[in-house]
This record gives sequence, C-alpha cells and structure tokens, in this order.
Amino acid sequence: MHASVEAVAATATPEVVPGRSLWSDARRRFFRNKLAVLGLIIVVGLVLVAIFAPYIAPYDPLEQLAWEDFSKSLAPPSWEHPFGTDLYGRDIFSRVIYGTRISLSIALMAAVVTTAIGITLGALAGYFGGWVDSFITWLINVVWSFPFLLFVLAIITIFPEASLTIIFIAIGVVSWPDIARMTRGQFLAARENEYVEAAKAIGASDFIIIFRHILPNIIAPMLVQATLAMGSYIQLEASLSFLGFGVPPPTPSWGRMASEGQNYLFSGQWWWSIMPGIAIMVTVLGFNLLGDGLRDALDVRQQTDG
Amino acid sequence: MARYALRRIVEAIPVFLGVVLVVFLLYSVVPGDPARLLAGQRGDPETIARIRADWGLDRPLHEQFFSFVWSAIRFDLGRSYRNNMDVLDAILLRVPATLELVVASLLLGGVVGISVGIISAVRQNTFLDYLAMTGAVIGISAPTFWIGLLLILVFALKLGWIPGMGYGDGRWIYLVLPAVTLATRPMALLARITRSAMLETIRQDYIRTARAKGLSEWAVTVKHALRNALIPVVTILGTETAAMLGGVVVTETVFAWPGLGRLFVEALTFRDYPIIRGQVLFLATVFIVANLIVDLSYALFDPRIRYE
Repeated sequence: MHASVEAVAATATPEVVPGRSLWSDARRRFFRNKLAVLGLIIVVGLVLVAIFAPYIAPYDPLEQLAWEDFSKSLAPPSWEHPFGTDLYGRDIFSRVIYGTRISLSIALMAAVVTTAIGITLGALAGYFGGWVDSFITWLINVVWSFPFLLFVLAIITIFPEASLTIIFIAIGVVSWPDIARMTRGQFLAARENEYVEAAKAIGASDFIIIFRHILPNIIAPMLVQATLAMGSYIQLEASLSFLGFGVPPPTPSWGRMASEGQNYLFSGQWWWSIMPGIAIMVTVLGFNLLGDGLRDALDVRQQTDG
Repeated sequence: MARYALRRIVEAIPVFLGVVLVVFLLYSVVPGDPARLLAGQRGDPETIARIRADWGLDRPLHEQFFSFVWSAIRFDLGRSYRNNMDVLDAILLRVPATLELVVASLLLGGVVGISVGIISAVRQNTFLDYLAMTGAVIGISAPTFWIGLLLILVFALKLGWIPGMGYGDGRWIYLVLPAVTLATRPMALLARITRSAMLETIRQDYIRTARAKGLSEWAVTVKHALRNALIPVVTILGTETAAMLGGVVVTETVFAWPGLGRLFVEALTFRDYPIIRGQVLFLATVFIVANLIVDLSYALFDPRIRYE
C-alpha cells in the first residue's frame, strides 16, 4: 500500500505539465472553437458597450430632437443617425446602446436568482432524499407545468407596474427547476461516490461535504446552463417589453422600442422596430454560441438526468 | 402498456393539484389586500367590497381554496371583469384560432425541422450542413416578434404577396405568416436535435448490421436510424409545445390573431384577473395532458421504456 502510493507519486510528479488541469484543457478546447470565440467576443463586447454606453452613444437616449427640428422625426438611417430616429426624434442607435444595460442586467440578475434557488432546492432534494426530495421534485413538476412566459406575465401583473427587480425575481421564481433538477442529479450521483463516503468516514460535516466535495462538480454544467439561459432571459425580457409589461418607459428597452415602432412599419418607417430586433438577435446569438462552446469545451452532456 | 399508461395518469394527479394550488395562491396571497389588488384602477370601496364577496376573500384561506377547487372541478372559473362573460366560455371561444396556428406551426416546424436535421446529418460537414446549422442558430436567437415584423415587412409590405395582419375569417392565406413566425423556433431546435440524434445513432452497431445485410441507404436512414433518433426529437417536441404557448402570445399580438394569446394580453392590460387566472390554469392543464401523451408515445416508440 505504502509502496504503491510512493510509486504513484514518483511517476506522477515528473509528468505534471504546468497548466494541464481539467480547466486548462477546457480552455484550450474552447479557444480552438471559432464559433465559441465569436460568442465570447460578442458577449464581452456587449458588456463593454453597456458599461461605457455614455461614451459610445452619440446622443442622449432620451433627448427628443424632433421638438426643435421636425425633420428629425422618424428620420431614416443616415451617417448622422445610423439606425434612424423615432417619432420623437430620439436617436435609435443611442437607445439601442443604452438598451444593452437593461437586457444584460436582467439576464445577469435572473441567472443569479435562478441559480441560487435552483442550487439550494436541488441540493436539499439530492442530499437529503426521502420526503424532502419527493416534495421538491413535486414542486419542480408543478412549476414546469406552467407555460413559462404566461406565468411570468401573471406574476408581474400582481404589481401595479413592472420594475427591473420584479422582472428578474419573476423570471427566477419560474425558471429555477432546470438548475434544481441538474443539481439534484449530481447530488444523487455523488452520494454513491467513494470520495463522499470517504469524506463522511473521516467525519466531515454535511456542510463541508456539500460545499467542498459535491458542489465543485456541478460548476461546469451550471456554467453552461446559465450561459444558455441568459440568452433566453434576454429574449424573454424583450417579449415582456414588446407586450408592454417590461421596464416602464422612457427607459430604453429593445422590446419596447420594437413594439412602439410596429405601427410605423406599415407606413414604411421600418427602422424603429427592426433595428432593436437585430440587437436582440446578436446578443442572444452571442450567449448561445458561448454556451454551446462552453458545453463542448467542458464536455458537459446535454441533460444530466436525475 | 395499459398498466404503464395508468401509472403515468395516476402520477399526474398530484402535479395537477399543485398547479391548482399555485394558481389559487397567485392572486389570493399577495402583500396587502388582495381585494384592492384585484380591483385595480376601479378601486372604489364598493367595487372592493363586491370583489371581496365574489372571490370569498373574507373567508379563511383553506375555505377559499376548497371552494376554488370545487368551482374549478365544475368548470366554473368565474366571470370576466370586463364584459361579465363566463371565463371558460371566453377561453373556449378563442381556442380554435390558436389551435389552427399551433397545429400549422407544429406541422411546418416538425416536417421542415426534422427533414433539415436528417439531411444535415447525412451530409455532415458539407456546405449544406453548415448553411442549415447557421440558419438554425439564427432561428433560435431571433426574437419571435422580430421574425413576425420582418415577414410582414418583406412579404406583405414590400412584395405584397400575403396580407400582413388579421384573421381574414379563417382564410388560409392569413395563416401563412403567423404560422411561419411561430414555427421558426421549433423548426430550428428540431433541426439541431434531429441532426445530433441521427449522428449518434448512425454510429451504432445495429446500423452497421443493417448496412451489412445489404439494406438500401434509404431503409437504413429512415427505418433504422430515424426511428431511434426520434426519441430525443419527441422530447423536444413536447417541451417546445409548451414554450410555443409563449410564442403564441407574441405572435398573436404581432398579427392581431384572435386567439388565446391575444385574450391573455388583453386580460393583462385590463388587469382582468379572472381571465388571467382561468387561462393560466387552463393552459397548465393542457400542458400536463400533452406531457402525458408525449410520455405515452415514448413507450410506443421504444418498448424498453415501459419496463423500467
């Protein structure tokens, strides 16, 4: 026993090439995948746009230029206004730039809320089993039975007016089951693993076992899930705003812009509604490519069933 | 099969009860006075008092719940605030238009998506495959309302081939653009899933056996590979049908399509809570039943599932 440990140590040490851990392997795989890198560039670029919006946007997103110069109302795309202007003479390009802030912050906060609820409930179910598991599994199935968008809308209308906080909490309350199911599956699998048994044997507490021995295993699948989910939250926020139940005006939100511009589509002023749609598509595309790339690089299977 | 079906049906009952409970809690346990919330802008004391009596909000919570369940069992979902119409009647009135849209989109999305997926898998890493998969990623990323607006812009306004909006008394030409809009996402997803499932199955031993015994490429692809690849495809079809209900809300708003989605948005706008609540309950029930059908059709595709 003693000899074999030494043998392993002896053969292992010289072969450890610096930076060839699981994560660095994943990083190599990731950066060889062109689409994944494109996704990363899009997402990082958008985050920078959101942070530095005041420096990038050529106009104030709320400034109504049409009051002084009527030709600025519904002006088509030009060098001066790359995406054109809306009815009030607001620069659509600047509004789209500021719109990244709403989309990204809702996506991020919704992902945080979803992950927090999902991991907690999934971990409780998977670790303790028994009636706790039955109850949480039942809850997952119940929440899953609701049509996603309609349920979120129904929750939002409990309040007189939507706000950023209400929206991401509503999304979190509805979308945690995916993460919970995944976490639960990992815990069920881990419970039968020898390293958990070993940790128990040397007297590790439940807390230590959960945080030190089991949770690190679900970081990779969770990262993939959260990235892909952020793309869908951005679409969801856009739909909410398009239907008129998003962040209230005049805050520039892509979905609301598309909805305001819809009536002018028929009179030929297509840019008001079409341009923000392109921004949504590019953003969601970025998150999808990044998520797919992470999944391939981290070798996460599509569904981790419990 | 019959025993398996019965077990699945029995298992669905607690989930259904949970759905009823959540729908009940949605507007009954809110911060502050639910009657005031439900009254909304019509918040004069008389209305609030009437709502409190109508919804039984002055009674203890468990009594309220039991009477809600009892009414739901008798298909009594209350009356609309706006026009005093029976909620279930109002919903059922809108079902045909939505059903038309959903069935057309599922057919379109299913046939095109699965075909594209098969072709992509068979012609893996060709230009056709890249083109199809790029299209699929874009189709998944584009917001539904934007696809709808773009279709209106191109086919109705620029080309003038197809009417841009409305139901047109059910004439099929009016169905084209909304159905394509709603079908885009499932189509793209199905193309991707079918492709990866096909690539997975093509590598299996029984496919090599089928080839070895001299079956035609068509028979191998369709009868052996596709049938087995269909299991994940059916899963996506099931979950996507649910996700489509969200798409229905948006699509119907874009095209002024007189279905359930528009009823829902109208109800939200007027804070017509009995309609909102009734519709959430109705659709969740439909979803549970649809899921059950998907599960049972698994068993039909793959006998192994029944003996789990």
